[in-house]
Amino acid sequence: MIDFVGKRPWFYLVSFLIILPGLISLLLPDGLREGIEFSSGTTFSARFAQPVDEEELRSALADLGHPGSRIQKTSDGRFLVRTDLLEGASQAPPFGPAPPSEREELESQLQARFGQLLDGEGNPSNRFLEFSSVSPSVSSDIERNAALAVLAASVAILVYITISFATVPRPIRYGASAILALAHDVVVVLGAASILGRLFEFEIDTLFITAMLTIVGFSVHDSIVVFDRVRENVRRAESAGVRVRLADAVNASLNQTLGRSLNTSITVVLTLIALILLGGATIRDFLVIMLIGLVSGTYSSIFVASQMLVSWDEGDLPRLFRRGEEATEAV
Amino acid sequence: MRERSTRIIFAFVVLLTAFSVCVVWPSDPDRYLPNFIPWPREECLGPICIGKGIDLFGYERREMLLGLDLRGGTRLVLEADISAQPDVNLDEALDTAVDVVERRVNAFGVAESITERVGANRISVQLPGISSEEAIEKIGRTAQLQLMEMARDQNGNVLLKQQDGSTQALPLEQVLSNRALIDSAQFVPVTVIDEQGVQREVSGAYLDRGEIFISKSVVGLPIVQFGMNSEGAKLLEQATTRLSNPPQPMAFFLDGKPIPGSDGRILAPLVQSKISDKGEITGLTLGDAQTLSTLLRTGAFPVPLRVVQQEDVDATLGDQAVTRSVEAGLIAIFVVMAFMISYYRLPGVLAAAALFVYVSVTLAVYKMWPVTITSAGMAAFVLSVGMAVDANILIFERMKEELRLGRSLVGAIDAGFARAWTSIRDSNISTLITCVILYWFGDQFGASLVKGFALTLALGVGVSMFSAIIVTRTFLHTLVGTTVMRHLWLFGSDVADARLAPAGGALAGGQTPRSPEP
Repeated sequence: MIDFVGKRPWFYLVSFLIILPGLISLLLPDGLREGIEFSSGTTFSARFAQPVDEEELRSALADLGHPGSRIQKTSDGRFLVRTDLLEGASQAPPFGPAPPSEREELESQLQARFGQLLDGEGNPSNRFLEFSSVSPSVSSDIERNAALAVLAASVAILVYITISFATVPRPIRYGASAILALAHDVVVVLGAASILGRLFEFEIDTLFITAMLTIVGFSVHDSIVVFDRVRENVRRAESAGVRVRLADAVNASLNQTLGRSLNTSITVVLTLIALILLGGATIRDFLVIMLIGLVSGTYSSIFVASQMLVSWDEGDLPRLFRRGEEATEAV
Repeated sequence: MRERSTRIIFAFVVLLTAFSVCVVWPSDPDRYLPNFIPWPREECLGPICIGKGIDLFGYERREMLLGLDLRGGTRLVLEADISAQPDVNLDEALDTAVDVVERRVNAFGVAESITERVGANRISVQLPGISSEEAIEKIGRTAQLQLMEMARDQNGNVLLKQQDGSTQALPLEQVLSNRALIDSAQFVPVTVIDEQGVQREVSGAYLDRGEIFISKSVVGLPIVQFGMNSEGAKLLEQATTRLSNPPQPMAFFLDGKPIPGSDGRILAPLVQSKISDKGEITGLTLGDAQTLSTLLRTGAFPVPLRVVQQEDVDATLGDQAVTRSVEAGLIAIFVVMAFMISYYRLPGVLAAAALFVYVSVTLAVYKMWPVTITSAGMAAFVLSVGMAVDANILIFERMKEELRLGRSLVGAIDAGFARAWTSIRDSNISTLITCVILYWFGDQFGASLVKGFALTLALGVGVSMFSAIIVTRTFLHTLVGTTVMRHLWLFGSDVADARLAPAGGALAGGQTPRSPEP
């Protein structure tokens, strides 16, 4: 029987230490790298028949009117390029073919310099492999909707938990603790995204928001399992006429659900690792974020949400202040 | 009684799984599964076929519906530009525009495209299999037809454009006798005063779209025939009565630009006599005639649309992504099954069987719904496999607890399920809440990647609840009474030991006191 609850100051400290680097990275300028869906622009990927040097490509793009392009080379020889907004297909006149768009012009200019462009199977294609462009009006909408979505999810979950735990004394504490754990996970994930952005040029896009919302769902999922056990233990104790401290009930619940929490996390982590190692490269970033979020979610259910519930009940915060007062008085 | 219902449900589960496997089985299994085993391809046993999808009572579904990132193609987001028409009814205009796009897409034969409104003023169009340039050419033209006549000044002289930009006015007869002068005339929309005294433009808005044909003239040249609706017919008659006396040129403009004739000059035939409801446009090349007739038949955009977002994925990239995702998914599922069996032993085997049921049924649901599968959606499916297992884990842990406390096997199974259900229900609902919000989020700008993910995850969670509660329980119940159940060690090493030493004490091991088993 592990005494989780008694050690909670340590767990708070560990949480703080985990969050801190991410938080610092977030608060410094350029905290998060935004993909084109949030800051508009164009990305495309291209594969050339001849080996091409990254620096040459960068200077060529600068010459052609796109300085400041970001280039990454993938393991299978593709270039991922991020530039300012390019017109992908020009407005078609009523009759006849459309004039060449900026994309087509860039394709022919790059081919003139670096040789044949290839398709995914290595056959000549004269085109980029992928091309994606987002104009500013759309990207500002996406930004707004992303923030709304995360907010709405959190509120909806808070309401749901409060309702479903209505039979327990002070149900809103359960909801609030779950939300605090959720906020903890969100900050951890954002911090990780910020650090990955600085180290590996990781960018935020709608897939990242998707991962974030999924993590929100899972994190609460874990917390609910523990809370459900707490609710059951408290009810059982009350019906038996035994007065039990919330701290003890939480401790008991945590021990009882530990096996299940760890096993579930292990299975999901295993599946994610299998996907990351074997799956396609396109969603690898998404999966890594999911992995970080899931681990954080499990951690926060055991070491944050439940501990918060106890701290609230035991009045840790007022006690902390009182001790501070006593200390200053004694001086 | 219990035994009977258990057996019925068991049979139902087996049939459901078999049906799902038949529906989902790929027509090319070697692509995804190890090829040293001769997997059945497209084979039929009587009416039951494998590898051909499903074809039942007219409902047909051969393959999974794949998203753009797995199939290749273009997605365009078009925004309505109301700067020139600020007081137009945007809602109606966009609905009309969506109809127009769908008609054009059908006219050009792009299969399985999706057109939908997005937000307040945008349309999202997904066109699998074609590039973005083709897409714009096929569906992106505004196609507003205008009938035009030569501009006149107050003296009745025709206004001509000069090379240096100035205008020159010449008498009508002089212009009519010289083709070159007609070419350089300024054209303005044909207008008439209708019965209510309102000035109306005679334009493509009055076309009867069902009355547009291409026919051939006596010498084999293409003619585009068009018909006006009843209102337009009156206006056209008025206009042509005026313009045929003397015969003057009437030009056709599309999106503000003159339609060129096959000789490259402005198409501006002289109006010989009044036209009441059917007109002809001659002098076009065959290609232009076909384009014009398609554009007119499918209708014009009520407001001009411009591209604000686009995505273009090469088909070959998609193929690789599909193969790799499926392989990774299969391995992930296999790993989970191995873990369950090694940790939970006999219940783990049952859970693996339940997982097999879950995977087949969920994939069948995806195929039949149909859900658009994207690479993120496949990840969602594998995640939901992890969650399906979670429900089983919850139940098994409960069962182990109950067994440790001395409950009978059947009692432990039932108690395990009953107690675990509230946990499963509440936690799955929170995931479903986020799926709903995710779906809304994706719907705001037609991002099928996000919507596909949300739908995939939600359906996976739903089926997983069914699988955990019904399938696993049925498997367990089926085994009750057989010799297997007497060997408790199959449930985990600690269970048998705990039952040998009675669980005494009140809060020993963290468990609250319980009343003895009835």
